[in-house]
Amino acid sequence: MNYELLTFIWFVLLGVLLCGYAILDGFDLGVGILHPFIAKDDTQRRLVMNSIGPLWDGNEVWLVTFGGALFAAFPVAYATVFSSFYLAFFLLLTCLIGRAVSLEFRSKVQSPRWRKAWDFGFFASSLTAAALLGIAGGNVMAGMELGPRYVYEGGLLSQIYWYPLLVGALTVSLFAMHGAIYLYLKTEDELQARVRRAIHPLFLTFAGLYVVVTLATWLHVPHATENIANYPVLWIVPVLNFLAVLNIPRAMYLNRPGYAFFSSAMVILAFASLFSVAIFPNLMLSTIDPAYSVTLENARSSHATLGTMLIIAAIGLPCVLSYTVIIYWIFHGKVKLDPHSY
Amino acid sequence: MDVEILSRLQFAGTIMFHYLFPPLSIGLGLQLFLCELAYYRTRNPAWEAAARFWTRVFAVNFAMGVATGIVMEFEFGTNWAAYSRFVGDVFGSALAAEGIFAFFLESGFLAVLVFGWDRVGPKMHLFSTLMVFLGSAFSAVWIVVANSWQQTPAGYHIVWHDVQGEQVPRAEVTDFWAMVFNPSSVDRLTHTLVGALVLGAFFVASVCSYYLLRGKHEAIARRCLSIALPTSLLFTLLAAATGHDSAKKLIETQPAKLAAIEAHYETTDEPTGLYLFGWPDAENKTVHFGVQIPRMLSLLVYNDPSRPVPGMDKIPVDQRPPIWLPFQTFHIMVGLGTLMLLVSAMACWSWYRGFYGRHRWLLWTIVVMPVAAMTANQAGWITAEVGRQPWVVYPSVQNGVEMMGMRTADGLSESVTAEQVLGSIILFGIIYSLLFAVWIFVLNQKIQHGPESPEELTEYKRRLQRKSMSETIGHGGTAYGGSLMDEDSR
Repeated sequence: MNYELLTFIWFVLLGVLLCGYAILDGFDLGVGILHPFIAKDDTQRRLVMNSIGPLWDGNEVWLVTFGGALFAAFPVAYATVFSSFYLAFFLLLTCLIGRAVSLEFRSKVQSPRWRKAWDFGFFASSLTAAALLGIAGGNVMAGMELGPRYVYEGGLLSQIYWYPLLVGALTVSLFAMHGAIYLYLKTEDELQARVRRAIHPLFLTFAGLYVVVTLATWLHVPHATENIANYPVLWIVPVLNFLAVLNIPRAMYLNRPGYAFFSSAMVILAFASLFSVAIFPNLMLSTIDPAYSVTLENARSSHATLGTMLIIAAIGLPCVLSYTVIIYWIFHGKVKLDPHSY
Repeated sequence: MDVEILSRLQFAGTIMFHYLFPPLSIGLGLQLFLCELAYYRTRNPAWEAAARFWTRVFAVNFAMGVATGIVMEFEFGTNWAAYSRFVGDVFGSALAAEGIFAFFLESGFLAVLVFGWDRVGPKMHLFSTLMVFLGSAFSAVWIVVANSWQQTPAGYHIVWHDVQGEQVPRAEVTDFWAMVFNPSSVDRLTHTLVGALVLGAFFVASVCSYYLLRGKHEAIARRCLSIALPTSLLFTLLAAATGHDSAKKLIETQPAKLAAIEAHYETTDEPTGLYLFGWPDAENKTVHFGVQIPRMLSLLVYNDPSRPVPGMDKIPVDQRPPIWLPFQTFHIMVGLGTLMLLVSAMACWSWYRGFYGRHRWLLWTIVVMPVAAMTANQAGWITAEVGRQPWVVYPSVQNGVEMMGMRTADGLSESVTAEQVLGSIILFGIIYSLLFAVWIFVLNQKIQHGPESPEELTEYKRRLQRKSMSETIGHGGTAYGGSLMDEDSR
């Protein structure tokens, strides 16, 4: 297969992995962000946590595999992205560890203080993780201070300014809304009624931020619209995004929460596609000199590796998808507590 | 301190902490699978109670392994960016294969293993257990392949790329299978996996022996021991055999490492002996308090007791690894391995003769054996990694062409400062200490609680069935748990 095509396929596959991660871990991060506000007593907290109990671990694997695939397919981008976001990534790792152990250890000891501590850990780490993912995305979108030979010259502080912070807030609100719709599907009775009341304000917050970030991107990131301007057919992405956003309140009004969840998943998909369209063919744009940017061409692996990896993906991905479906099917239905619950 | 020392400390610390968990997951996975297989064949509720209990222990450990494992994957990029650019083409593909072939498998079926007891049938549950075990073993396969490639690279060439006017080298794959089956991967993989299986077998034997000492859960403990003791003997024997193969390979691939682990400073015309223990002294190039078996190293390495083994003086000065640490960790690993072999042989003998459990000293010895197995695993890892310094990627010869290697010092991220690394070390030092304390605490709680008795389990399942029947009639729902078992017992 032709090297250029192979490179493009890997760019798309990485997008697929990132989307898979954002859609799946998106709802369990959202559940983590919402749980202190939604659940009133210990039983409800456990119901909320166990709604993602069997699934969050598998969801996180999408991120791990994204990391591995980026390393293999675009090693230069992997090295540059991860070393540039040094402290941000260590914070993100802290949050991911915090989430895993809060879920695992919370119910192990019968003590209100022990549980309160892990509850807070679960909330704080979910919130921070969602925000950091958004902040990193915002920085990559806007471009970063890359010097010669892909060495990052900025610091932590140059990554924290209004634009990435806005994108971070958008991500948090999106995941919270996505998580709320998921919880609505998994709960019943009083708890479900409370989730339902939360969806409306969450949607309005998200929609407001969506408008603000769209305007901000227009103004702050001029290169974001270049590809769309050059290839008008790509207008389909923002249009679909807009429709998917509007479809969420409509589906909830029609009392079809499954459809609403599908729509919010499509919103995430559309955001990821917009992001990919906006940065293509760069992986990381240099704000110092475009010549220093990390592009698909200068970051990719050799032709042989990309080809081998494609075979690996062709064998692996169908397996992954089939057992993901099996597992989601085994754990479908409303969440109930049993002796194996968290 | 400089970035290099700090980054090496950070990597060593995070990986050693991570490496507490995966070997236990792999080893315990096999024991769990065997318990469930016994349940599936006999349908004896005692086996089910045992399997449910080990699942709870497994889950606690597995979560820790996952949580600390993500750190490792990101650290290549954060701290070792130059290294990642140099080997990404090779090393990255093994890492990606691990994600797609292993992680999805284990994390997906883990959900069924842990939460699926009352949702799927015994056959599906047994299958899920097998998948989790295989997933964790596959994960070890790809990681050890990636690590072995750094130690004995194969199936690649060096390509110079023009990066903004500067020529930068990169290792690129020429032969994927030669990369996977590089000269040391099979030996190192079998040794690593067997080490994990030894740990799992001793862990189960240890907990069960503790129950016998305390007079608790004796029926279930004896059942599990009938699996754990023979497997511990089998795997300690295999560990010795695979370890010997790995060490023998060193003379061809990494003679510097071999010289380091034996503190073999000067080559002589005499056959080379093997130290049982000692205290290497780098300044005087000698070993204090050393006790040596004459000719033994020559015999082990060449199968020839008279042929001398080359020493550290044959290695250029700037390519010599440190000696003291690999020497000590290697001897700790071998010493503990021998000890574990003896102890499990003794335990199996007393089991076979029917008096296992009568000698409290033997029970107590088995109780502490997981510590020995864990220490041996860690020591082996230190030997392998410190013994390859100063190289992160060893230089090698491919088809008669000498390939450049990469020194650890050259693999660092250029944009990362010492303060940042120090900050992350402190952050992770605090988090990991906390986690370690919580892990020990929760593990201890699980062990003190112990398995349900077969009667309790049968009663619980009867209630579950009644409840699900009424639910099915009532609102067409599915079966969920009752309240007989302690809800927080997991």
